[in-house]
Parts: sequence; structure tokens; C-alpha cells
Amino acid sequence: MLEKALIGTKRYYGLLAILAGVFALGFLFYLKQLHLGLGITGMSRDVSWGFYIAQFTYLVGVAASAVMVVLPYYLHNYKAFGRVTILGEFLAVAAVTMCVVFITVDLGRPDRIFNVLKYPTPGSVLFWDMIVLNGYLILNLLIGWNVLECERHSVPPPKWLKPFIYLSIPWAVSIHTVTAFLYAGLPGRGYWLTAIMAPRFLSSAFAAGPSLLILLCLLVRKYTKFDPGKEQIQSLAKIVTYAILINVFFFFCEVFTVFYSQIPDHMLHFQYLFFGLDGKHQLVPFMWFAIVGMTAAGLFLTNPKLRKDETTLAALCGLVIITTYIDKGLGLISGGFIPNPLEQVTEYWPTVPEALITLGVWAMGFLILTVLYKIAVSIKEEVKS
Amino acid sequence: MGMDRREFIRIAGLSTLLGLGGKGAFELLAPGRVEAEIVPEAAALKAKRWAMVVNQKKLDDATAQKCIEACNRVHNVPDFLHPPSDKLKLPAAVAHRYQIKWIWTAPFHNVFPGDEQPYLPEEVEHMSFLTLCNHCNNPPCVRVCPTKATFQREDGIVMMDMHRCIGCRFCMAGCPYGSRSFNWRDPRPYIKKLYPGYPTREIGVVEKCTFCAERLAQGLEPACVEAARGALIFGDLADEKSEVRESLRKYFTIRRKTQLGTNPQVYYIV
Repeated sequence: MLEKALIGTKRYYGLLAILAGVFALGFLFYLKQLHLGLGITGMSRDVSWGFYIAQFTYLVGVAASAVMVVLPYYLHNYKAFGRVTILGEFLAVAAVTMCVVFITVDLGRPDRIFNVLKYPTPGSVLFWDMIVLNGYLILNLLIGWNVLECERHSVPPPKWLKPFIYLSIPWAVSIHTVTAFLYAGLPGRGYWLTAIMAPRFLSSAFAAGPSLLILLCLLVRKYTKFDPGKEQIQSLAKIVTYAILINVFFFFCEVFTVFYSQIPDHMLHFQYLFFGLDGKHQLVPFMWFAIVGMTAAGLFLTNPKLRKDETTLAALCGLVIITTYIDKGLGLISGGFIPNPLEQVTEYWPTVPEALITLGVWAMGFLILTVLYKIAVSIKEEVKS
Repeated sequence: MGMDRREFIRIAGLSTLLGLGGKGAFELLAPGRVEAEIVPEAAALKAKRWAMVVNQKKLDDATAQKCIEACNRVHNVPDFLHPPSDKLKLPAAVAHRYQIKWIWTAPFHNVFPGDEQPYLPEEVEHMSFLTLCNHCNNPPCVRVCPTKATFQREDGIVMMDMHRCIGCRFCMAGCPYGSRSFNWRDPRPYIKKLYPGYPTREIGVVEKCTFCAERLAQGLEPACVEAARGALIFGDLADEKSEVRESLRKYFTIRRKTQLGTNPQVYYIV
């Protein structure tokens, strides 16, 4: 099927060229980072994880959300999603690949990455994260590729694939749960020390991932002969609506516990993010935009008129993507580290090289996504004709 | 019993494979000694459980500074805030980000957040508290490390294998005392005077106080203790005749963030 990725329109090649160019630019800066150290980023002794780990966390969510199309189709026999499962699975493949690369670029000594395998340490959550992420990548490639190949030859998928498909459902939940456990089990970080971390991760993932999938479906429909379908998009929109509202609900659960209990260790982080601390308030406007925007998007999406109109739906999906990205991408990591364990405030903002390396990884991910979608869409077009 | 050539090769091949794989797997799963473990000399100072008492009553600012300098000197700790030459000067914010701190001072409300009293005695209010790795009995940094690059020795010291560390910085997120530092850039140009008795570090690894494990192995006390002129007491917590235990009997001491269950082994007399 790979041959389908090699023949395309000028626009397809153009897109690949642009993505490859951005990737190359990021790679050059990565070489600089390898040479000079992670000091070229904005990270510090106090805020020791930054943009890279934030992207990783966000993208684990995008990857996990493939389960939102796989589950209704395979467990509830919701036939309509048969058309889009492949798009969900291939989105997961691209997202998990980005996750793995983001972890790698964040390492101080990437040359020693295999120490994680050489000295396996099951007590560390990072060890399990490695296992679930790689497992999920393999599962989605295996399932997506085989199902698509069978579709091409108009035969049902082989029986041996079924157990893997069922396994991929809890596995999707596991990747985001384990990722949440990276943070939620640390004794001295009040912002992260909450049992609702994993549920919050899942709810924001199931809002952001399907939102991205809706936008991708609309793009696929616009630029190819394959239509993912109106019903499919509407079903995804309902998933986004519920998920984002649950996410907002979880956020207010958190706010209640923190501010009603008034325990400073927990409160200070929220104060920094939403009001500023010690006269430092870089993230305040972003955080307010995120929570207000997220709530508004959720409320607007409950209105069937706005949801059914694909233009407003696309705009609202965009808002969900941006606000959940700010919440997880900017707030979650910085907020956990600020103030530091000695209750001092060191702020964090990514540097230009850091942002370009990040952009490079995203370009790599979208390059993979474009190629995989090209294959999937070509097969779908072929089958139709 | 006859055996043709083909079968002989098959059996020989299989047993070689099994032997190789079996041994390899065994070594991988059950490593004997941790590579970075320091093998003590005969004169080494030994203990069941090392611990430190910081007597803040005896520790004036000048002495505290001496402790810090002694530590920085014998561990080749770089100084980004005051580089050896003007050419290496960094913007203040950047230097602050890169800082490597093994032992340093901070006011009471930073070292003991949550334990602040509204009306502290003035001397305590202005006191500089020495802070360092607490060598917790239940260290979260060791729990989270994915490669056992940071590990706990039998005598309680939380050690760091800088040759195994992958630089993921999970331990820095895990430490509730901010006692760990990362080499954000090459530290070597920022070392004031190279001390040949201790390795310098490369970019990309985490480091911290090790209770001077390398000095204990030579029968020497930790550098800060030596410089503290009695304000720092170091010894075996398991030995009831030790100076540490004597101090704990005599004075009321406090420890940092005990509510987190880390069981820190640095005690403060205030």
C-alpha cells in the first residue's frame, strides 16, 4: 500500500516539502541543542520540564482519543464509524510517534536512552510509560494497516486481529492514565498531587482528539474524493461536547477542593496561574482565556444549531483544541513547578530554538500523518471507484 | 547411540543459544553490584544509617558560607553567577536558570514552608538555613528514576550515578526539597579551580549532594562538616553512642516537610 504515498498531486508534494522543510529547520536546532545542552531552552533548575514534556502530554491525549472512534465501532457495532476508524488510528500513530520524539528531545543524554531497557526499573512510572506508548504505537499500526489492506481487497479483516483491536481499547486509556501518573504520584508538587489527574487528562483528551479529527475529516472531504461523512462528524461532535463539559466540571471540582480546603501547597499553584504570585503573572491571561474559552465552547456545542452547522462546529473545535492546549501545554507543567519546593517563583517561557525544535517535531508528526492519510484516502477512493 | 552430523549441529547450536541468552538474561535481571558503588577502603568511615544534624545556633552566616565553599571546591561545582572570567558572564536570569546547588542557604520560610510562625524570634527570622539533599529514608527521587541512576545505599546515602543518568529529570520533579540540579550547559568553564580529586560533569546529567561518599570511603568527614567547626554533626543514626544521637537526645530538632513521608535524615536545631 505504501506505493499510494508516492503518487500524488502537486499540492500533496508541496505539503510534504513544506513539512520536511520545517522538520529540517527544527532538526538543525536540535543538533545545536545536542552540542550546547538543554540550556538553549527556557527550562531552569526550578522549572525543569517545559515545552517538550507539555507537547508530549498533550499528544498522548490526542493519541488516546482514537479509542473514541474504535470503541463505538467495534464494541457497539456503530457502523457509521467504520469509515473513520482508520483516520483515528493513523492520527494515533502520528501522535504517539511525536510523543516518543518529544521525550527523546527532552533528554539530557539521548545517547543513553536505552539505559531504560538495560536497567529496567518497574518502580518508575516512566518505565511503564515507555511500554504503553510503544505498545500503543505498534497496536495502531498493526490494526490500521491490516484493516485497510483488507478493505482494499474487499475481504473482512482476519480473525487474529480481533483480540488486538479489543486490547487497543483499554490500552488507549492506559497510555493517558500512566502519563497522568507521571505527575500525580509526586509528593512535593501540590498542583499535580490529585487523584483526578488521570480522569482530567482523559476528559481533555477525548475533547481535543476528536476535535482535531473533525477538522481533519473536514479537510479530507474538501481536498479529496473521500467523504468521511456528515453523520460521522456529528457523532464526533457529540463526543467533543460531552468530553469538554466533563473536563470543565473536573476543573471546577479541583478548584473547589483546593480553595475550600485552603491548603497553601495546593493553592499557591492556582494562584500563580490565575492571579500571579510574587508579582509574576506571565500565564494569567492565557489561563483565563483557556478556562473561559473552554467553558464557552462547551456551552455553545450543546446548542444543536451551532453543532450541526459545520462552519461553527469547526470554529468551536478549534477553540477546544487551543484552550485544552493552553491548559495542558502551558499551564500544567509550568503550574506544577511554580512556585518551587522552597516556594520561590522562577517563571518559564520557551526560547526561540526550543519553539523551533518543537515545531520541527510537530512537522515530523504531520508529515507522518499526511503520508498515512494519503494512503488511507487513496485506498478509500480506489474501493469506491 | 548414533547421532548424525545434522542433529549434532542442531543440538550444539541450540545449547549455545540457550547458554548465551540464559546468562545474558540472568545478568540483565539480577545485576550483582551497582556499577557506581564506591568500594570502601579499610580506613573508610562506615555506618548503618548516616545522618546529619545542623545546629543553626552555632552556624553563623560566615561559617555557612565556608561550608558551601568547601563543598563547591571539592566537588567541582560550577558558579554561573560569578564566572571565573568576564568573557563567560551570563545575563542574570540565565545564570539563575543554570545554577548548580549542592548545599546553599535560604531563610526559614523557604526551607520550612508551611511551618512559618507569625512571630518568629528575630534571630530565626534573619537566620540563613543550610539546605542540602536530605538523604531521605524513603526517597521519591529513587522511586521515580527509570534507570536506577539514583539509588539508595545500604548506609542510607542517596547516590547518583552520573554515567548512567539519561537526563530525564524525573528525579528533579520528584524531589520535594529542590535539592537536585541539572547540567543545562557545559559546567567546566565555570569551575573556579579544578579539583583533581572529583570528576567534573558533562552536559545533560543530574547531580546533587552525596554526603561526600567519596570522602567517607577515604575515612574523611564530609567537606561541609569539616568546614563547619562543630555546627554540623555527622554520624551514625543507628549507633546510640554517636554524636548525632547525642544531639538528638539533647535538643529538640525539626526536619523538612516530614508530612510527605520521605523521612529526611538532616535534622535542624533551631
